[in-house]
Amino acid sequence: MKSENIEYWRWREYHFVAPNKKLGNAEVITAGVDVGSVSSKAVIMADGEIYSVSIMRTGSNSPDSAKKVLDWALEDTGLKLSEIDYIVGTGYGRVNVPMANSTLTEIACHAKGANYIWGPTVRTILDVGGQDIKAIRCDEKGKVVAFLMNDKCAAGTGRGMEVLADLLKIPIEEMGAASLKVNEEPDPVSCTCVAFAKTEAMDLLRRGWPKEKVLAAYMRAMAIRMCNLLERVGCEKDLVITGGQSKNIGIVARIENILGVKPLPAPKWEENGRDPMAAGAIGAALLAKALHEKAKKN
Amino acid sequence: MITAGIDMGVQNVKVVILKHGEILARSLTPSGFEPGKAAEKAFKEALKKAKISSDEVEHVTATGVGVEMAPRADSKVSMIAADAKAGVYLYSSARTVIDVGAEEARVIKCDEKGNVLDFALNERCAAGSGAFIEAMARALEVKVEDMGALSLNANGTVSISATCVIFGESDVVSLIHKQEPKHEIARAIYDALAERIISMIHRVGLNPDVVLVGGVAKDVGFAAALKRKLETEVLIPENPEFAGALGAALYAMEKVGEMQK
Repeated sequence: MKSENIEYWRWREYHFVAPNKKLGNAEVITAGVDVGSVSSKAVIMADGEIYSVSIMRTGSNSPDSAKKVLDWALEDTGLKLSEIDYIVGTGYGRVNVPMANSTLTEIACHAKGANYIWGPTVRTILDVGGQDIKAIRCDEKGKVVAFLMNDKCAAGTGRGMEVLADLLKIPIEEMGAASLKVNEEPDPVSCTCVAFAKTEAMDLLRRGWPKEKVLAAYMRAMAIRMCNLLERVGCEKDLVITGGQSKNIGIVARIENILGVKPLPAPKWEENGRDPMAAGAIGAALLAKALHEKAKKN
Repeated sequence: MITAGIDMGVQNVKVVILKHGEILARSLTPSGFEPGKAAEKAFKEALKKAKISSDEVEHVTATGVGVEMAPRADSKVSMIAADAKAGVYLYSSARTVIDVGAEEARVIKCDEKGNVLDFALNERCAAGSGAFIEAMARALEVKVEDMGALSLNANGTVSISATCVIFGESDVVSLIHKQEPKHEIARAIYDALAERIISMIHRVGLNPDVVLVGGVAKDVGFAAALKRKLETEVLIPENPEFAGALGAALYAMEKVGEMQK
């Protein structure tokens, strides 16, 4: 492939089916579909345990995205859509999940999902997605106690990383590591407006800054915005990070450095499907189980 | 007396040459990756149009976001001061000068001599500048130069918010999904930006006459929205994108005058 054809911003879409897991006589099959601004996630659970996960890019038409990502999660499972007992839609595009039995906010879903991924010690969740930053506090059951989000401005969110990947010609999944190669942490950029990411970075490159230093300055500023939100909501241990930026080690390391609190490391999600990027969909599938059981009782 | 003003903008470098206070030539070059070189090119072009040599220019004043990269500058002037000078030069009755550029917007309150009395700025946020219109045109899949005329056919049946370019894109996409007509969405885009600029006007107070300059002043959709929402006449000069460079050249004239004293 010619270098100019590489889409540096493109992150890995994947489909995971739990190995050695048989549906057997599972009592309840539920699904969570999280349609985000940049990525769509679907999780299928058998009796409240992850059975399959799929993550793909959100197309410009969100009703399609929900169907596509759920169809992908069903692949190789032997399951049909009609066999799912209850589906919860969540995320920014949750109104466009036509097959959902009900919809919930991603805040409730991320708290529940984080509780499942890391266990009952989680008290604070930082969810950084394509255009949202959310700081959520929850109890030992994964119930939301308080939350704050960026409702007026998308500065410092994941979308800026896609812009910089293309400009700097660094694959998006390697940007975090690249940003940590600087000997000395530069001052943060003064502006993380996603619309200005390109001009901001070009200005630094023009001054002769190496790419790694530009990334370090940009990610530093992103991390500061995130930490401000965390401090306002009150950051209690254990802290975890969900959403696409949970995979950006440049961001995770800087949050730890600024707050002096180490976020719990991401679990081996390649083996068990507990992907922090899918926390919203995982929580949605768990809450679907609860809603299904409640509906059955009535 | 011949002076020149160079406006080192984010998108374009603009040059204006004045002779005894009359505009002799203007030129514009995209800033690109090397604004310094772009400025040299624009300056040479302006000299050529004015049919003068570089030595004949007594004083060059630079302004704009990239003022540090100006190739030749005997002095510098702030964008705010330059806009006020240009506004009053173009219309002696101007007391409020609005400049909406590619990445910034300014509202300046000035006196009859073009001195700055007060100002409000929008910087570091794309939602209050031309970048907003460009991003929304992309989301709407229309050419930015066509969107203004398109919006003039609308009645104002839908609205969006201009707090953030990224959120604005989501608003536009959901209006497209709802199959709202494109011209109505286009008008909503201009109305949203106009409202943001008007909130800046209210910070300094609305004092007629109002003059609109900057590259975005050429967009008929935005100009119409501003007039509609402001309920006041808005004066728009020819070549509004040269206001900063013109103001800088006027400042250069004052500098020469001071030195001669």
